[in-house]
Amino acid sequence: MKTIYVDNNATTRVAPEVREVMLPYLGEFYGNPSSMHSFGGNVAHKIEEARTKLASLINASPDEIVFTSCGTESDSTAIHAAISSVPDKKHIITSRVEHPAVKNLFEYLSKKGYRVTFVPVNRKGILDLDYLYNNLTDDTAIVSIMWANNETGMIFPIEEISEAIKKKGIVFHTDAVQAVGKMPIDVGNSEIDMLSISGHKIHAPKGIGALYVRKGTRFSPFLIGGHQESGRRGGTENVAYIIGLGKASELAANHMDEMTNHVGKLRDKLEDELLKRIPNAMINGDRENRLLNTTSISFEYVEGESILLMMNELGICASSGSACTSGSLEPSHVLRAMGVPFTAAHGSIRFSLGIYNTEEEIDFIIEKLPPIIENLRNMSPFWK
Amino acid sequence: MWEYTEKVKDHFLNPRNVGVIENADGVGEVGSLACGDALKLTLKVDGDKRISDAKFQTFGCASAIASSSALTEMIKGITIDEAEKITNNDIAEYLGGLPKEKMHCSVMGRDALEKAIANYRGEPEKEVDGEIVCECFGVTDHEIQRAIKENNLKTIEDVTDYVKAGGGCESCHDKIQEIIESVSGTPATDRPRPSGMTNIQKIRLIEETLEREIKPELKKDGGGIEFVDFADNTVFVELRGTCSTCSASQVTLKHYVETRIKELVSPELVVEEVKQ
Repeated sequence: MKTIYVDNNATTRVAPEVREVMLPYLGEFYGNPSSMHSFGGNVAHKIEEARTKLASLINASPDEIVFTSCGTESDSTAIHAAISSVPDKKHIITSRVEHPAVKNLFEYLSKKGYRVTFVPVNRKGILDLDYLYNNLTDDTAIVSIMWANNETGMIFPIEEISEAIKKKGIVFHTDAVQAVGKMPIDVGNSEIDMLSISGHKIHAPKGIGALYVRKGTRFSPFLIGGHQESGRRGGTENVAYIIGLGKASELAANHMDEMTNHVGKLRDKLEDELLKRIPNAMINGDRENRLLNTTSISFEYVEGESILLMMNELGICASSGSACTSGSLEPSHVLRAMGVPFTAAHGSIRFSLGIYNTEEEIDFIIEKLPPIIENLRNMSPFWK
Repeated sequence: MWEYTEKVKDHFLNPRNVGVIENADGVGEVGSLACGDALKLTLKVDGDKRISDAKFQTFGCASAIASSSALTEMIKGITIDEAEKITNNDIAEYLGGLPKEKMHCSVMGRDALEKAIANYRGEPEKEVDGEIVCECFGVTDHEIQRAIKENNLKTIEDVTDYVKAGGGCESCHDKIQEIIESVSGTPATDRPRPSGMTNIQKIRLIEETLEREIKPELKKDGGGIEFVDFADNTVFVELRGTCSTCSASQVTLKHYVETRIKELVSPELVVEEVKQ
């Protein structure tokens, strides 16, 4: 059975070009970049090349990039660095729809004595900026707001927010794990202090991430150890993966047009056709201001896990915001924060496309999903 | 991904006995859309009290559909008295087991069967049996006690897995712990959260209380209230509509809003107004 992978916000396939540039560094070139000999030194050059490529994807300067092990490490590093640079300040702000990497850290910090403000979103998933700005105080240590939401694809106005936060002299961090590679990012044209990146969302392997740290930002390492990454992250560099992330960044920059012309069109077709063919279906989130690759659709009167498992039988891989898929009893915190009724949230499916998807695959989903929904609805006591 | 047995997969992908029996002799309906799963069971019972046919309609996940399908297969051809003895564990065993977090699906099957049998016997629809403990999922103390006894449950998490209680806002965790202790007869030594709720749990409950209890009341007088912030056990709110200009608003705030918040969330809380 052919796999139709439309779960690219969960993870992506490693690009063949990425794998190819990595292999020599899992083989013959095993030197330590910190060594004095050229066998190691040559490896260090390749790391710097990767750093330059990643920096150029987001218009940063190479020395503003710190390689980490994943998006979560980048988030933790940024948030801990910010709060420890202003130890007297005990108020932190984030949104109600963050990824667990940020959300759970803020909840942890609230138990450690921090006062946390969670900024709400409206029914369309749009962030309440007034609420955010009205809650900035002299005691605020950091504001961390995601650039794009993993479940709905909603994009927040991060440049604008970063400028407003900067005026108050507060550190601003953004979890841009879902945004990087899917939309143009220009940190040079913003007042973002720190920005998190994950490799496996942009066709690099799992186990590599990066943190952008603007020059002049007060910083302290999360992993304390050697002088690697200019003293900003201890630990011998994950050489092959860093080189892979560099290649993936270069590919992502080159694929930006394809995102709009290919992925965006396929997403729109999928969404339009499913809405046309399936009654009582709705998009979660504002159709404007959204990542081009993502759609979250709710099918009323059916439950998400059942839909996913029926699609799974046909090789279609997607995600759901339903309660049952997470092991919790309540639907996703993102859909609940948006006020999506439980009846719709339980039947929500997220499709997240990527550059490798073809029109044939999308047509296959458009053909196969309506009978699945119909079948489940015929089984449902609520469907008339 | 859940580890489902082949039998669960089979009953999910090829469910038996889907539908509704016209002029059924017994009907049992449990669950709701909001809860995320629901089951309607209909029975045909012949002269010697034998179940000649059973059909189901289910809204829910794969294990809910599989449990319903399994239940109908299990009860077809047996007598009402035999069917009455079926437990949620029997349903789970028939399927070769269910993931622990999905045991509530088998409980839903058992509950629907019980209701259908009561309906067949012409017993009146039971009033809510006991006192509601979990407001989020509408679970009573009696249901929790029964699940603990029948399945030998030890922790709050176990109770959540079997009857969903405590899986929402978590404000009933202390109460569930008390029930576990009263059933087992000994106080548990490793009580997980003796000090009550975390700030996040409080905030969630405050927001819910405002939405469900307080806003609808204020609205009757053209007023409104918004949750602004929470710090040091103080709930900061903004009054809206007629409340924001009403001279008696402080009375409303302290005597009504604060009283309700203390009562429904936590007694140490105070409510303050924020003027923008």
